[in-house]
Amino acid sequence: MADKLNKNDALFQFLLRLGDNTLVLGHRVSEWCGHSPVLEEDIALANTALDMIGQTQFWLGLAGEVEGKGRTADNLAFLRDVWDFRNLLLVEQPNGDFGQTMMRQFLFDAWHSIMLGRLMKSSDQRIADIAEKASKEVAYHLERSADTVAGLGDGTEESHAKMQTALDLLWPYIGEMFVGDEVDAEMVKAGVAPDPASLRDEYDALVGRVLADATLTTPDSKFAHKGGKTGMRHSEHLGHILTQMQWLQRAYPGATW
Amino acid sequence: MYAQMIKTAGTGVKSPEEMTDQERAFQARIDADEKIEPKDWMPDDYRATLIRQIGQHAHSEIVGQLPEGNWITRAPTLERKAILLAKVQDEAGHGLYLYCAAETLGISRDELTEDLLSGKMKYSSIFNYPTLNWADMGAVGWLVDGAAIMNQVPLQRTSFGPYSRAMVRICKEESFHQRQGYDIMMKMCQGTEEQKQMAQDAMNRTWFPALMMFGPSDKDSVHSTQSMAWKIKINTNDELRQKFVDQTVPQAEYLGLTIPDENVKLNKKTGHYDYSEPDWSEFFEVIKGNGPCNTERLNARNKAWDDGKWVRDGLLAHARKKAARKASAKTAAE
Repeated sequence: MADKLNKNDALFQFLLRLGDNTLVLGHRVSEWCGHSPVLEEDIALANTALDMIGQTQFWLGLAGEVEGKGRTADNLAFLRDVWDFRNLLLVEQPNGDFGQTMMRQFLFDAWHSIMLGRLMKSSDQRIADIAEKASKEVAYHLERSADTVAGLGDGTEESHAKMQTALDLLWPYIGEMFVGDEVDAEMVKAGVAPDPASLRDEYDALVGRVLADATLTTPDSKFAHKGGKTGMRHSEHLGHILTQMQWLQRAYPGATW
Repeated sequence: MYAQMIKTAGTGVKSPEEMTDQERAFQARIDADEKIEPKDWMPDDYRATLIRQIGQHAHSEIVGQLPEGNWITRAPTLERKAILLAKVQDEAGHGLYLYCAAETLGISRDELTEDLLSGKMKYSSIFNYPTLNWADMGAVGWLVDGAAIMNQVPLQRTSFGPYSRAMVRICKEESFHQRQGYDIMMKMCQGTEEQKQMAQDAMNRTWFPALMMFGPSDKDSVHSTQSMAWKIKINTNDELRQKFVDQTVPQAEYLGLTIPDENVKLNKKTGHYDYSEPDWSEFFEVIKGNGPCNTERLNARNKAWDDGKWVRDGLLAHARKKAARKASAKTAAE
């Protein structure tokens, strides 16, 4: 992106960011299938993953349309390599234990719900429409992940300790959500999307309320790992996710499934 | 059929003369196709047999998540991934309805779970086979869910109300599962040479284990006769197996797949397809715990349960604290 970014490229990148977040997190959550602590959670996790894969189809479908090179959502999901992915580092972090998975989900859902709320007012009607549909699902995701974080934080000494560990581990990954770059600047200029930094106060308030209910201590540090949404430097985890996710498409090119 | 080799409690069908008045009245209700509801009187053996059968069915839904979950992260398109997720989610939901139906008989879900995890209760033998290529997702839907539907459709008419109602809901979803399985197989069979190979490979591995799902021939079984008299079993294993073969052979021919049994052919006299019996010694080994994946499946469920203990304890403790806070706030306000 050293060259001047035109609006269409920026829009394409922006849509990849939305679609890759839900694709990668949907993948991670789906790894739980059949292994969760209680049957209701198996159902809820599969449902959450399913919603996110559905949202991915919309975002990446639109991204392909905007790009105008004939790539479908599937082409984008299954045939790009790590450096072309634009998801936040947070969503590619491993599942860890159930508490870590739910903490990651909550930290993402809180941002996601605020972001989608803003995108419902996007100047691009296609984006506003997808955001409206997705925000209904994400409202449920947030309600559930917030309740779980609050419940486990407040629960037993053991569950409290595990949730605090998860929070401390994942906290350095939330800063990236609020860092803007030239893609974001272009989106702000066109009225397509908000300035990422403008979401921070609402996010801190929401997260603060839930963490207080959870009796967890919000880490002091504002340090933020970066490199996911720009694609500059993903974690090592993403390559392994793609190795699984893309295997059939890579091993049998051109096949229809 | 997700319940196999269910041992019917009791000593076999009693003649009307041997029955008590209560038993006679109970049997008369069943014969009149009335539904038995949880609060109604029922023979202890009827209750015990139903707990075994519904419990095994529920466990099968739960363990059945694993062979398909094995491919969710590798599904080849977003649509296939979404469909597979929806299907596995349905299965967990079926497990939930069935555990609820069993609970109305006076056993808790936790008790049933403990019996699954200790190996005391079984789940369907089919889930002890591995899913090795993508076409297995097709074969599981088409053949495994297809075989399950054969038994579940008649069970919608079973005598125990909660079980019957659970079956009605489950059957609606299962027919979607079977269709999506066949749809995967169609794509594979119309696809590249390698895809056709995957489809045939899945067929070769799944055919006989699918036939085993109905259980061994039960025509001489006293237990089965009692379960049929109680209408908790509607057809014999052999009837259902034949129906399955008759339905499946033309579908396989349409797909261009070879059934791995050279004895499969239409018998003009009976109007049914002849076929070879599966290797029942393999079936009994699988039931005993020696199937290719028994250890992995049970270990996976045990690990999920053990690893999840702190979560269940934590959420329970939170719920208690919340209730206590609410109660003390109420007292303070009064």
